[in-house]
Amino acid sequence: MAVSKIFGASIRRREDPRLITGQATYTDDLRLPGMVHACIVRSPHAHARITRIDTNAARRHPGVVAVFTGADLQGKINPIPTAWLIPNSDLKTPPHPALAVDRVRYTGDGVAVVLAEDPYAARDAASLVQVDYEPLPAIVNQEQAVGSGAPQLHAEAPNNVAFTWKLAGGDAKAAFAEAERGGVVVRQRFVNQRLIPNAMETRSVVAKYASSAGDLTVWYTTQNPHIARFLMSVVTGIPEHKIRVVAPEVGGGFGSKIPFYADEAVVAFCARATGRPVKWTEDRRENYTATIHGRDHITDLEIAARRDGTLLGLRGKTWANLGAYLSTAAPGVPTILHGLMLTGCYTIPNVEYEVVGVFTNTTPVDAYRGAGRPEATYLIERMVDLVAGRLRLEPAEVRRKNFIRPDQFPYATAEGLSYDSGNYVPALERALELIEYKRLREVQQQGPKDGRYLGIGLSTYVEICGLGPSAVAGAVGFQGGLWESATVRMHPTGKATVYTGTSPHGQGEETTFAQIVSDQLGLPVEDIEVVHGDTGAISMGWGTYGSRTTVVGGAAIAIAAQRVRDKAAKIAAHMLEVAEGDLTFDQGRFSVRGSPDRAKTIQEVTLQAYLAWSLPAGVEPSLEASAYYDPTNFTFPFGTHAAVVKVDADTGQVELRRYVAVDDCGRVINPLIVDGQVHGGIVQGVAQALHEAATYNADGQLLTGSMADYAVPRARMFPRFVTGRTETPSPHNPIGVKGVGETGTIASTPAVVNAVMDALRSFGVTHIDMPLTPERIWTAIHNKSDKKAPEVKA
Amino acid sequence: MKRAISVTVNGTKYSNEVEPRLLLVHYIRDTLGLTGTHVGCDTSNCGACTIMMNGRAVKACTLLAVQADGAQLQTVEGLATNGDLHPIQQGFWEEHGLQCGFCTPGMMMAALELLRRHPDPSETQIREGLEGNLCRCTGYQHIVNSIQNAAGKLRGTPVR
Repeated sequence: MAVSKIFGASIRRREDPRLITGQATYTDDLRLPGMVHACIVRSPHAHARITRIDTNAARRHPGVVAVFTGADLQGKINPIPTAWLIPNSDLKTPPHPALAVDRVRYTGDGVAVVLAEDPYAARDAASLVQVDYEPLPAIVNQEQAVGSGAPQLHAEAPNNVAFTWKLAGGDAKAAFAEAERGGVVVRQRFVNQRLIPNAMETRSVVAKYASSAGDLTVWYTTQNPHIARFLMSVVTGIPEHKIRVVAPEVGGGFGSKIPFYADEAVVAFCARATGRPVKWTEDRRENYTATIHGRDHITDLEIAARRDGTLLGLRGKTWANLGAYLSTAAPGVPTILHGLMLTGCYTIPNVEYEVVGVFTNTTPVDAYRGAGRPEATYLIERMVDLVAGRLRLEPAEVRRKNFIRPDQFPYATAEGLSYDSGNYVPALERALELIEYKRLREVQQQGPKDGRYLGIGLSTYVEICGLGPSAVAGAVGFQGGLWESATVRMHPTGKATVYTGTSPHGQGEETTFAQIVSDQLGLPVEDIEVVHGDTGAISMGWGTYGSRTTVVGGAAIAIAAQRVRDKAAKIAAHMLEVAEGDLTFDQGRFSVRGSPDRAKTIQEVTLQAYLAWSLPAGVEPSLEASAYYDPTNFTFPFGTHAAVVKVDADTGQVELRRYVAVDDCGRVINPLIVDGQVHGGIVQGVAQALHEAATYNADGQLLTGSMADYAVPRARMFPRFVTGRTETPSPHNPIGVKGVGETGTIASTPAVVNAVMDALRSFGVTHIDMPLTPERIWTAIHNKSDKKAPEVKA
Repeated sequence: MKRAISVTVNGTKYSNEVEPRLLLVHYIRDTLGLTGTHVGCDTSNCGACTIMMNGRAVKACTLLAVQADGAQLQTVEGLATNGDLHPIQQGFWEEHGLQCGFCTPGMMMAALELLRRHPDPSETQIREGLEGNLCRCTGYQHIVNSIQNAAGKLRGTPVR
């Protein structure tokens, strides 16, 4: 394979050999000398006062080293902060103690921690910690939580309201007035149910404190080690330069490993208090209540349209369930990452929207794959179908009619964003072609076969990726920057090590980043090592989330590599005794223009850079460069997903028959990896449409609290996906990429729900809330007079 | 209270005294230090801990170490021979059958069992054969491709 073709090639992943041989080291694989094991005692109540904690029996248990409660941490461990303080929203940030002191606010709230010589003893002793609770009334539904008489979680947040965020653009009132006169207004309530991320690796922390130097080292399952180090410093009071955070192999995150959790602070406290290295690994049952959940919106939405299908305005209100405390990014997810994408890929000039963030006695809610954008895409893509249905228009036609046109980019949306580039029609046409849309519509005309109804659903999405310009991050209250760092270091033998501030955990950037550097410097991929996830090795970085790793981190690497090449060119010109302008660079060789035989390879140049026997004037020895890339805008990938289902009217069973995804993520570095990202996202998104739901009872007990109860999707539930692509490079990104990590979850959910609703059209059923279980579908079909789906959530 | 057990893992014989309640997966990971086998749940649903015991795939979180007394075990560390990757490992690498890699050891051991039963499996047989193994990253399609690839290699007729 020619080196010059490496960008864009489906090369095998460089991280795989260690992963397929069992040689990879995940956090729970670490064993340090003298290490003790922690088990956290968690509240079985959703809301209760703690009246007494007796740890004596636990302390006496053989093998127990220490037991700590919330009282022991007071004054030593600061409250767990939230890091997204959205402006103009009257945001309340009630304190979140690392271990509850006098009150627990959700099932799973940490109350005490037991340390023992082995994990079994720690667990045994944890069951001996006696906690006396005085149960309080609990509230789990966000709409009810803001009502009068609801149990109150925090004195600082009256009526359980964490914030009220408003968005307005254009003149929604006028748009709706016009639609009321001669057009159509469609109203719908949508429930975007709560989901549980279920990364296959649960969270795990190993902390070691050296009292002699005051050094804390923490290995843990994080998507953003530098943010974790910063927050660890804030919470423990240990200075930032005395903390090293390492993300070893991390087994998936999907957003759930972004937050800085109370548990991390507790483990660090324990390591410092006992002088022993401490390991804590969440078990899966614990993961279901102690690791963040996602989504959980209730939305009343209305859309205004002309009778020809022209969309005029969007107006609505969402109650976003935030759980018991504000997790790290929680306030920004249902607002900035959600509300700003409400009008999707359409020219809807008028929008008015309000989001109320609500505390409830449930597990905290934060970013889960897509984070706010799947919820927004679901709303607009369902609404477009409802408008088409009401006006008896073809759903694809309504989309075409309202798409932002290619000549309108950069496009200023009513929400205030500037979409960088897009060309929506070709992606739609390609998807319709791949799914054989026209033929399927004809088949559909023939009516159901054996009681099975065919449905075809579309989702034409746009998402906001590549988070993002730091100035915008600051303007919207994110308590950090969103630029990214990169260092490309050549070694004397002509090999390279690349350092990135992003922290990939399955997305394959050890491969794609090497492809970028290979493309820039003409080095074989095998000669490039990519280092990530260690604050001790990498100057700074903001981590992996928001489909930013390749977009922002990759761009930083490309710029750093260019700087290496620029310096190498100076040295090469000196070696060849020509002017720099007389050189060309191709496939790792600097050659003199017109005399291709006079050349120096990048390896030869690198060696001279390190020997420094004869460098041009003003050029320092060594060959490395760093870049700190702050994007000028977000990127806006888009595409069309199409789903074909068959619904059995007798049983309510949905079969997903075919699925096509046409994504435009700009330039593609490794098509195989992009396909993998798309496939994984589709499965998570389809599972929201059809299978998954976190369900609490009225007392705040999680009824879906294990993998036996929560419907994590399996291989047999899916057909073979067909992927296609169009390529519209981002005009402002140095390598033209847009990001692809979340497209699948963003696009697939409404595509599948639209397909099922399309299948049920003849029954007069227009909407059922997710997940579209056989019971809900059967009930909707057989209960046409009351088309509201049965409320599962208490 | 502890009981003596002897097991052969990847061709090496081990003898240890273990608590009767010790799970086999913890014995493999913590006592023997073979951390390639993972724990993803506590309800036998995820299959991350799948290993071969006496030639059959088992979930090591669902067995006690004492139940493996006298058994022959194979874990992910024992898949490659003399540094040569097993065709299943090659298949997963070539077809991008893994992302975060956490489910992968168990997934590959389940694939070993699947291909023992169905040397030339249909796509449906593969998808149904993976019923006991969860992956949250890949969406399964590349895992299916990986197993088809491995099946071809094992039959001596590479698929692609």
